[in-house]
Amino acid sequence: MSRRSLTLLKNLTRNTNTSCNQTRSVTYMPRPGDGSPRAVTLIPGDGIGPLVTNAVEQVMEAMHAPIYFEKYDVHGEMSRVPAEVMESIRKNKVCLKGGLKTPVGGGVSSLNVQLRKELDLFASLVNCFNLPGLPTRHENVDIVVIRENTEGEYAGLEHEVVPGVVESLKVITKFCSERIAKYAFEYAYLNNRKKVTAVHKANIMKLADGLFLESCREVAKKYPGITYNEIIVDNCCMQLVAKPEQFDVMVTPNLYGNLVANTAAGIAGGTGVMPGGNVGADHAVFEQGASAGNVGKDKIVRENKANPVALLLSSAMMLRHLQFPSFADRLETAVKRVISEGKCRTKDLGGQSTTQQVVDAVIANLE
Amino acid sequence: MTMAAFLARRLLASSTLISAARPFSSSSTTPIKATLFPGDGIGPEIAESVKQVFTAADVAIEWDEHYVATEVDPRTNSFLTWESLQSVLDNKVGLKGPMATPIGKGHRSLNLTLRKELNLYANVRPCYSLPGYKTRYDDVDLITIRENTEGEYSGLEHQVVKGVVESIKIITRKASMRVAEYAFLYAKTHGRKKVSAIHKANIMQKTDGLFLQCCDEVAEKYPEIEYEKVVIDNCCMMLVKNPALFDVLVMPNLYGDIISDLCAGLVGGLGLTPSCNIGEDGIALAEAVHGSAPDIAGKNLANPTALLLSGVMMLRHLKLNKQAEQIHSAIINTIAEGKYRTADLGGTSTTTEFTNAICDHL
Repeated sequence: MSRRSLTLLKNLTRNTNTSCNQTRSVTYMPRPGDGSPRAVTLIPGDGIGPLVTNAVEQVMEAMHAPIYFEKYDVHGEMSRVPAEVMESIRKNKVCLKGGLKTPVGGGVSSLNVQLRKELDLFASLVNCFNLPGLPTRHENVDIVVIRENTEGEYAGLEHEVVPGVVESLKVITKFCSERIAKYAFEYAYLNNRKKVTAVHKANIMKLADGLFLESCREVAKKYPGITYNEIIVDNCCMQLVAKPEQFDVMVTPNLYGNLVANTAAGIAGGTGVMPGGNVGADHAVFEQGASAGNVGKDKIVRENKANPVALLLSSAMMLRHLQFPSFADRLETAVKRVISEGKCRTKDLGGQSTTQQVVDAVIANLE
Repeated sequence: MTMAAFLARRLLASSTLISAARPFSSSSTTPIKATLFPGDGIGPEIAESVKQVFTAADVAIEWDEHYVATEVDPRTNSFLTWESLQSVLDNKVGLKGPMATPIGKGHRSLNLTLRKELNLYANVRPCYSLPGYKTRYDDVDLITIRENTEGEYSGLEHQVVKGVVESIKIITRKASMRVAEYAFLYAKTHGRKKVSAIHKANIMQKTDGLFLQCCDEVAEKYPEIEYEKVVIDNCCMMLVKNPALFDVLVMPNLYGDIISDLCAGLVGGLGLTPSCNIGEDGIALAEAVHGSAPDIAGKNLANPTALLLSGVMMLRHLKLNKQAEQIHSAIINTIAEGKYRTADLGGTSTTTEFTNAICDHL
C-alpha cells in the first residue's frame, strides 16, 4: 500500500522530462480474448543468463504482463537441447533465453546454433541505437543488423584432410539468401526504414558472396521505395567506426553479421544494452542482441553486476511480437528513463550498480 | 603530454634494438639496395616524397625503381615483370605504392602475384593514434598481424548444384605456426607486452581450433609475453569500446582483413596507415594500403603519410632504428603542429609543402 502511494507521490512531484513521457493519444485496439495470458519458454542459460532472465521475470510481474514463463534448465555443455525444451518452444512459439556458453575447442557444437537451426530461425536481428543519456563516442547511430542465421560459415562442416591441414566449408544457397533478403526488405518496409545495405566480400569470394548479392539485388527490385546499396565488409567496419550515421538496415551472411552486429553494438553503447532476437517462419527466440558478453565473466556473475538492459529491451520486443504493445511501451519507457537519469548503471556503462538495483529502478519507473 | 609519453614509449622500444647485431649495416659506405614500386595514380608523387625525406635524413638506401608494365609478362602471368620480382627477391626489402589492378582476364592480379611469388605470409599493420590528428579514439596503440596466404581467401569455390555454392576455408599447421612465430618474435623485438589470438573456435572448432593450437604452442616458448585468446565478436566490441585493451593481435586471413581495416578506421583511415608484408627468407615489402586516387593524381595534393610511415617500418626491419625514429618523429611533429596538412587531413598544403615541412623537422 505504501509502495503505491510512494509511486503516486513520485508521479506528482516528478520533473516532467517529457522526452520519454508517453501521451495518451496512442490506442491499440485488441481483439476480445487477447488479454489471456500467453506461455513463453524461458531458458536462463549460463553465466549472467540466470541473473538477467530473473530481472525480466521480476519486471514482468511488476507490470502484471499477461505472460507466464515455463522455465527450463539448459547449459552449454549439454550435447543437445533437451527434447522437452524443444517441445515447449514449438508449443509456445516464443522463447526468451540467456546466453549458452559454448566450450572453445571442446568438441561440443554450439547449442545456440543448434537451436537456431532446428527451429529454422533464419533471421537474427540486432537493433543498435544510441540511448538518450548514455554518452558514447558516436552519435546518430540507429542501425538494424539482419543476419542470416542458418548457413554460411556456421554450417559446421569441417574435416581434417591430412594431419595439419583442415578444411571448413562455407555454404551459401540461393534459398537462404533470398529469404533473408526478403525478410530484410520486409522489415525495412514495415518499420519505415529508408535504406538497406548488403555486406559482403564478393571481390574475393566471388561465387559464394556473389550468390548472396544476386539474391539481395533481385529482392531490392521489388521495393523501389527503399534505397539499396552494397559494401565490402572490411570497408563496412571502417565506415562503422568513422561514420555510423550512414547505415540504416544492414543485411549480411552469417559470419559478417556476427562481426558487424558486435561492432555496431559496441559503438552505440555496448552489447549490454542492445536488444535483438532470432525469428523464423513459425517461432521466435529473444535474447541479448549481439552475442559478445552474453555469458559474461565469472566476476560479473559473482558480484551480480550484469547488465539486464539488453534482455529487458529484448523482452519489450517480445511483448510487441506477442501483440501486447502497451506493455512493451511502458517497459521501454521505464528502461530508457533509468538509463537517461544515469544514477543506476552497471559497470559496462560506467556505473557501479548491481543488476538488482537496475531492476528496482526500472520497476520504480513503470507507469 | 600524451604525445611526449607516446614518443617516449616508441624511443624506449627501439633503443633496445640499436645495440643488437645488424645484418644490414648502415655505418658502412655501401648503401642498402631496396626495390621501390611507385605504383599508379598518386604513387609516383608520394614515392618522390619518400625519396626526398630519406635523402634529407641521410638514409643510406639506393632505390631500385620498378614500374608496372603495360602488357602481361608471360613469365609471371601478370603486369609485373619477372625482373621486378627478381629485384625484390635479391634485395630482400622493398616499398610499394598503390597499384591499380588492370581490368581484364587471363592474368593474375598484382597483389596476388606479389604474394605468391614472394611468399608473403604475414601482413603487419601498426595502428596508433597520431598525436595532433584527433579522431574519436586517442589511446590506440596496437599492431595487427594477419595470416596472408590461406584461410578463407584460398579462392576455392564451386557450385555444387544450381543455387548452392561452397567456399572452402583452409587452415594448415604450417602457415599458422609461421604467422604465430612471427607474431611473437615481433612482439619480443618491439617490446610489446601482450599477444592476443583472435578466433571463432567455438563455432569453427577444427579450423580455428588448429590456429589456436599453433598459437598456444608458440606462446609457451615466450613466457615473458602475456598471451590471451579472444573470440572475434568480443574482439570487435572491445576494439570499438576500448582499444587500449589490445597490444598485438594475430589472426587468420579473413578476420585479419576485417580487424586491420577496423583498426585503421579507429586512427584516421587508410590514408594514414602503414603496412608491411613479411615473406619467407626475411623478405619485407612495406606498402601503402590506400588506393591510387586517380582523381587527384598529378595535382600535388596527395598525402604521403602512409607511404612514409611504411618506409619507416621498412627502415626498422633493416634495423636502421635511429633514422627510422628521426623520420617518424618528424612526421608526427609535422602533423601535430597542424600548420602543414594535406587536404584529406583538413588542411590546405600541397604534397611538396608537407614533405618540405617534414624535412625541416628532421
